[in-house]
Amino acid sequence: MGKVSLSFSGGVHPPENKSTAAEKIIEIPLPKRVIIPLIQHVGSQSKPLVSVGDVVKRGQKIASPGGDVSSSIHSSISGKVSAIVPWMHPVLLKPSESIIIESDGEDVSEAPQLNFSDYVRHSRDELKKFIMESGIVGLGGACFPTHIKLSPPKGTEIDYLILNGCECEPYLTCDDALMKEKAKEIIEGIKATMFILDAYQSIIAIEENKKEAIKTLKEIAFNEPNITVLPLPVKYPQGAEKQLIKATTDREVPTGGLPFNVGVVVQNVATTYAIFNAIKNGIPLYERVLTVSGDAVKTPGNYKVRIGTLLSELLDFCGGVDESISKIVTGGPMMGLAQGSLEVPVVKGISGVLCMNDLLSSEFLNCIRCSKCVMVCPMNLLPNMLSVYAEKELYSKTQDYYPLDCIECGCCSYVCPSKRPIVAQIKLSKAYLCSKKT
Amino acid sequence: MFKKNLSVSPAPHIHSGMSVTKVMCDVIIALVPAVAASVYFFGYYVILIVVVSVASCTLSEYVWQKHVIKTPSSVGDMSAVLTGCLLALTLPPTLPLWQVAVGGFFSVIFAKQVFGGIGHNPFNPALMGRAFLQIAWPKEMITWLTPHNLSITSATPLEASKLNQTPLPSYSDLFFGNVSGSLGETSAFAILIGAVYLIFRGQIKMTIPLSYIVGVAMVSAAYGKDVLFQLLAGGLMLGAFFMATDPVTAPTTKKGMFIFGIGCGLLTALIRFRGGFPEGVCFSILIMNMTVPIIDRLTIPKPFGFRKRAQ
Repeated sequence: MGKVSLSFSGGVHPPENKSTAAEKIIEIPLPKRVIIPLIQHVGSQSKPLVSVGDVVKRGQKIASPGGDVSSSIHSSISGKVSAIVPWMHPVLLKPSESIIIESDGEDVSEAPQLNFSDYVRHSRDELKKFIMESGIVGLGGACFPTHIKLSPPKGTEIDYLILNGCECEPYLTCDDALMKEKAKEIIEGIKATMFILDAYQSIIAIEENKKEAIKTLKEIAFNEPNITVLPLPVKYPQGAEKQLIKATTDREVPTGGLPFNVGVVVQNVATTYAIFNAIKNGIPLYERVLTVSGDAVKTPGNYKVRIGTLLSELLDFCGGVDESISKIVTGGPMMGLAQGSLEVPVVKGISGVLCMNDLLSSEFLNCIRCSKCVMVCPMNLLPNMLSVYAEKELYSKTQDYYPLDCIECGCCSYVCPSKRPIVAQIKLSKAYLCSKKT
Repeated sequence: MFKKNLSVSPAPHIHSGMSVTKVMCDVIIALVPAVAASVYFFGYYVILIVVVSVASCTLSEYVWQKHVIKTPSSVGDMSAVLTGCLLALTLPPTLPLWQVAVGGFFSVIFAKQVFGGIGHNPFNPALMGRAFLQIAWPKEMITWLTPHNLSITSATPLEASKLNQTPLPSYSDLFFGNVSGSLGETSAFAILIGAVYLIFRGQIKMTIPLSYIVGVAMVSAAYGKDVLFQLLAGGLMLGAFFMATDPVTAPTTKKGMFIFGIGCGLLTALIRFRGGFPEGVCFSILIMNMTVPIIDRLTIPKPFGFRKRAQ
């Protein structure tokens, strides 16, 4: 590893607000019912394998991949399928086909598949297929199916597996908690992933503010010469894939390219833990750890939640929400999505539920061209120009300013003195330009 | 059952708390040392000029928005107050107050509001006001006072240098502002205190002021002039740190800021050495303001990762 900068240009320092950093992971009680959407990943909708009235067990596969880029989905509780209907989806923000399972309260589990626990005896393709069967997708939020991420095109050499433990979003602490409590498992997961990728080196990248996680992982990785724990300066968006690759390896992912173009695969720590669980314990992905935080929730913390649990049920367990609540955000405050209702399920990509009670005004002023957004843009764009063109709906004119390179990190909107919704405007331009292409 | 309405809005859901008003107030605070130095050297009439200029700018904006174009007034953003302060600092300490008021009116209405208000003006409003006054009342605009001796008029250091008068003021008098000139331009020391505050608050980047100063220094050296004298005399410091850095009328790209600063520097020095005026800060910034759209257009940065385009 040559000399690396450990950082990237641009970025902001929002207040961390990681008040739940010291909280242990608490498993919430069995939900009464779960709503499991058939899209929980980038790609095509999964095909249901069950029909109304079927009895399912925890960990039973209930939907199979619906295309080349897709994933499997498993029941997170035992019970009976009561309906397969469209239900409000927390990421798509529109109703989407979902399997609804009423719990029988028994939580009977499907027998775990332990065929792959000694993974070095299996071929890489078999392992990737098993990861797909286990329904593993990127848990950092993007939900890209993991088996595809682990399948770079033939002839591509992967030099580094980078473990993303930055968790640069304010409030969120679930990856931090996982690294502290499941460090051994994560290291095992890394070794399995490195085997699948035939990667020789792995870097665990963690922001410096997670001292205990760094210490724990360093201790366990002490005897692993190919695994380096690399503390990085605290700066948002340190965990953004391209910025993280730049900071840890000094390589630049080309425009429109993917990390494997520069010989790198980036994976979230929670995903790696899920890989460990699947390969070593035969447990598919039907639950995840997420952070519940914000001023308007009684008992914030890091909770292990079954996929499909409704936010209302989750928040009830967290002591309910305060009367002052004004906004519910799934994900982090910089990139997360505001939900219109609590009756939406937790899906695989949700890393946090924030109950916020301070409301930002939606009014914005003229751009005063202060170029604060230009200075913080980690992609070196001109958000000011993208914003003024999009405001006038001159979307085709935005093309000269590379809107498709925007990673939607939100730094520009965060610093804008005129409080312009720059990212939202850029997203509109992107949608327009993509619709013109096809 | 949860009943309360939740608000839905696009990310991000937190904000740095920076606002246009705060940006403007920071610059106004940064001007306090310059105003104080001016009062110290040129007496209490300075305060009247500042007050009249600010009042004229604010009132013009308010009346225009309320009664002419009938939009909600935006005087709360403090930009008109700032324009008033900046305009006052470019004026000679003898200017009749009614002319100050006309200058403020011109700055806000004809240099800012007719273009669509804050954010849309192509030219620095304060400098437009000054340029207007210089054309309208050329004699009053070059009547300067001797510091601490307000009954005697005297030439500014740049005028003296242009007319080959001797002796020229010492560097320390130039640095601390014990020379004649317009209200806010004489004390480099006071301006630098304000500039340090602005940089500390993240409101200005060093690119424009530094490249501006470097530009003037290069041309001065090429003409065989006393470089330090050229940097400290006249309105260069005020122009470089407070006028050329006006965000609305300066480029927004990093490269563009450098080109803009160098351009201002070259023009300022050329006007000083080759032009009819002893000082060129005001006109050079206004001329460079005209080039901002094209500079911005030609210096669009390549996105991160662009050079290594995927095959």
